[in-house]
Amino acid sequence: MNFDKEFDASGMSCPLPIVKTKKSLADMQSGQVLKVIATDTGAVKDMQAFADQTGNTLLANMEEGGKFIFFMKKK
Amino acid sequence: MTKKMAIIATKGTLDMAYPPFILASTAAALGYEVQIFFTFYGLQLLRKDLSSVMISPLANPAMPMPVPMPVFVQMLPGMESMATMMMKQKLKKHGVASLEELRELCQEADVKFIACQMTVDLFEFDKSEFIDNVEYGGASMFFGFAGETDICLFV
Repeated sequence: MNFDKEFDASGMSCPLPIVKTKKSLADMQSGQVLKVIATDTGAVKDMQAFADQTGNTLLANMEEGGKFIFFMKKK
Repeated sequence: MTKKMAIIATKGTLDMAYPPFILASTAAALGYEVQIFFTFYGLQLLRKDLSSVMISPLANPAMPMPVPMPVFVQMLPGMESMATMMMKQKLKKHGVASLEELRELCQEADVKFIACQMTVDLFEFDKSEFIDNVEYGGASMFFGFAGETDICLFV
């Protein structure tokens, strides 16, 4: 999947993946896609909840080699 | 309309310092307007130097210990420092942010910190020991915000 920016949250625990995803989105344009990589198992549900509550769109999420990959489209 | 959350932080130990900063930074990331009212021992969380924020195994029977430790051992000098050091190592190993980092993330996200003026005076705290961008006020000032929040927590 194409993306405009990548944020690697590997090794970070709650709430850093969410708080820093928000920070990463801050300087992006509406419609651009952020790729987030996380290892925190809580991030799977948290990232969806973040999307639901902020209006950003979680285009896809997958697990790859023990890491969770998210594609978040900015509102 | 923007959602709002208010937190009253009253504790100054390492374990009780995390919830206000974790919840505040997360809520801010979700778009909430957030204020934390620091009072009594919670004021310790506003110090520039957070090294006095510690954890004690004493009177804390729920604290998981690597080896069972009788209460009379927990009372010995240095046990608090040791428990704090071990807890900080554990937090770091699990990728949990330090209190300093979480506090900074809160401030970057415009979480408003209010220090209770009465308890600042009561404990004779020196404001120069506190971080910048803290407002000083009383309960009435806090209620001006808290009364209109969607979530209000006492920690």
